[in-house]
Amino acid sequence: MNNKIKRYIPQILTILFVVLIFGFFTINAQVNMDNRGIDFGFGFLKQEASFDMQFTLLDYDGQDSYMWAYVVALLNTLLVSFLGIIFCTILGVIIGVARLSGNFLIRNSAAWYVEFFRNIPLLLQIFFWYYAALRALPLPEKAEPWFGVTYMTIKGYYIPSMIWENLNVFMSCLLASIISIIFIKIYAKKIQEKEGKQLPVLYISLGLITILPLLSFLFGGVTLDFEIPVLKQLAKTSFIFEGGIRLPPELIALVLALSLYTSTFVAECVRAGIQGISKGQKEAAASVGLNPNQILKLVIMPQALRIIIPPTTNQYLNLTKNSSLAAAIAYPDLVLVFAGTALMQTGKAIEIVGITMLTYLTISLSIAALMNWYNKRIEIKEK
Amino acid sequence: MKISLSQIKSNNYITNIYLGTFLFSLSIFDVFLYSFLNINITSFLPGNLSLFFPLIIGFIGLSFIRMEYSGIKIIDNLNKHINTSNFNALLTLIIIFALLKALPPALSWMVLDANISGDTKQACTGTGACWTYIKVWFKRFMYGMYPNEMHWRINSAFILVIALGFVGYFFKENLKKYLALYYVVIYPIIAFLIIYYLISGGSFGLVWVETGAWGGLSLTFIVSFFCLIFCFPLGMILALGRRSNLPTVRYTSICYIEFWRGVPLITVLFMSSVMFPMFLPEDFFMDKLVRVIIAITLFEAAYCAEVIRGGLQALPRGQYDAAKSLGMGYWKMHIFVILPQALKLVIPGIANTFLALVKDTPLIFVVGLAEIAGMLALAKTNPKWLGFAMEGYIFAAIIFWIICYAMSKYSYNLEQKYKTER
Repeated sequence: MNNKIKRYIPQILTILFVVLIFGFFTINAQVNMDNRGIDFGFGFLKQEASFDMQFTLLDYDGQDSYMWAYVVALLNTLLVSFLGIIFCTILGVIIGVARLSGNFLIRNSAAWYVEFFRNIPLLLQIFFWYYAALRALPLPEKAEPWFGVTYMTIKGYYIPSMIWENLNVFMSCLLASIISIIFIKIYAKKIQEKEGKQLPVLYISLGLITILPLLSFLFGGVTLDFEIPVLKQLAKTSFIFEGGIRLPPELIALVLALSLYTSTFVAECVRAGIQGISKGQKEAAASVGLNPNQILKLVIMPQALRIIIPPTTNQYLNLTKNSSLAAAIAYPDLVLVFAGTALMQTGKAIEIVGITMLTYLTISLSIAALMNWYNKRIEIKEK
Repeated sequence: MKISLSQIKSNNYITNIYLGTFLFSLSIFDVFLYSFLNINITSFLPGNLSLFFPLIIGFIGLSFIRMEYSGIKIIDNLNKHINTSNFNALLTLIIIFALLKALPPALSWMVLDANISGDTKQACTGTGACWTYIKVWFKRFMYGMYPNEMHWRINSAFILVIALGFVGYFFKENLKKYLALYYVVIYPIIAFLIIYYLISGGSFGLVWVETGAWGGLSLTFIVSFFCLIFCFPLGMILALGRRSNLPTVRYTSICYIEFWRGVPLITVLFMSSVMFPMFLPEDFFMDKLVRVIIAITLFEAAYCAEVIRGGLQALPRGQYDAAKSLGMGYWKMHIFVILPQALKLVIPGIANTFLALVKDTPLIFVVGLAEIAGMLALAKTNPKWLGFAMEGYIFAAIIFWIICYAMSKYSYNLEQKYKTER
């Protein structure tokens, strides 16, 4: 009896506490909204947004609804996160491997790189790139071409855009080659398990993925043109580039800062992963008769990845959450567009901040769930 | 003339060393001359060859030097550390040349061509950095818009708070058991009172300074200090809650922790500034700074809880069993047996959380509190001081780098210390 009370009292108190807090907030919110004449509801999502966005991936203008503005802004957030994740992985792996190099200079440069970029607040790094470094770039009319066709200017990075004809034919060819590669891999594994023979899967895959899309150019009527940015004079001193794609300086600063900052953490994960594998594994694999390539592919990498991937995913998640700092330099991401502009216009603080937080929460929790599933799958089964 | 085979070999290896060292030094000398004195001694070579000349001869030189054992200390060290293979030699050269190339412009911008004298923009005549800007704005970057003649109040409040923080060290043996009580309950209250009465003022003859005027680096310290001392006890309760065997307590803690860990801090700050006032009674006014501190505390507590949970999980089960077999209840067991050990384990983790917290504080700029990033934005747009964004951000970066680097080294040392003790 005594034990039961001991179990129930804290639980009841917890529930009471939670209910009281939520109840208090709800009642206050209701009173406040009544007084200010605001009503709760998500009807505003269908209204016309009537604000403009500087940079969008999909077609958007002020006549579209708040709902559409939300989707477009979310895509901008995902774009920054995607680019940041790619660059921070490349940089992080290089730096992480370099930190274990036998070369004194390389090892120490990598270590200082990590110490340098890790210990400066991300916001200051973003500001530095945006307000200081990218502002030192030339004006459009003075820009020198990079690689002949791209221009890095104070107004952004201009790159050629691709104009496809019959893109769907090309895409289906690409898809077909990827599917056939997957089947060939499965087949090769079967053959290896049955007969011990190894098929040259890599060469076959490379061949397939180049030849099939190339064939689509020859026979499928696919054409590809590049639209190269061209300098155009607007007024006496005002020039812009026309044609091509403009990557705005906000995007560049954000991706630069995010990938440099996060790459230091990825580098530490990679280093820990490689250091976590005992030398005996390599020696044992070699003594079984595997060649260095096979050792790396079949023995070292699977084990290192088991250590590297979970914390690295965590870093990717951090990068995605940190991409919300975009609001500070006016890159139209979810926070700036939705929790900033849309909130100011509609005044629906609770709904909008709620939707924004829920979006990030959904991304985080789904990736976390995926990670748990992956960890369960790869964990060492011990008795 | 007869020369035996061994003589040729030994001759060769001496020549190799001389030739290799000469070529290697020549390549470095060439880059040095070019980048520091702007003299190109290889200008007679055509086109790109002049650019790659040092790389090529340096590479040849290093491959001449490379040998098992030479007997010369410097050469052996070079071979062992930076010249183990062709690939390494190439990377070594690239890094050395990049450093040589980058150093002179950086040096001349930061020191040689920089200005620090004078009090106006016109004093900056050089092509380098204008440190005058930092000098003039220094007080603003440190104290925000806080009235100049009252800076002593901030300084003395900080000194008092830090001094009180060290009081715990001098506790006598019979007082040691109250150490936790002191740090968790008494110290935060005293620190709050000191900051409130000294920095805010309003009584004891001190003029009231509203929080809108606070700013700069001192605001960073105030925010991170309060968030740390408040998030730690909250995190401890949440960590215990997450490991409780009472389902409602556990799930409440899990929901709390996962919610705050799943959202970016910036949305939390937005929530505190636009959504939170809606949830409070209408006549109840809460200062923006207080709201921000509460928001960051709630946010960091979730991270803190996960760190402490790690410590709780790392303790062997035997500790729990032993405490229970002595007849200790839940609270007694945790306060006297589990937490003292677990908290000792997680000190490095807590230090890392605190480091992340300090790095996050510039974000409060987004909701309009002018800590150092905010003051920089303000100074940058001042019409008298346009165009010095670079200096400002480099200055702030250096300050934050020093603070964060010292903290990370400290937490690393703690980690090493506790690693060996276990």
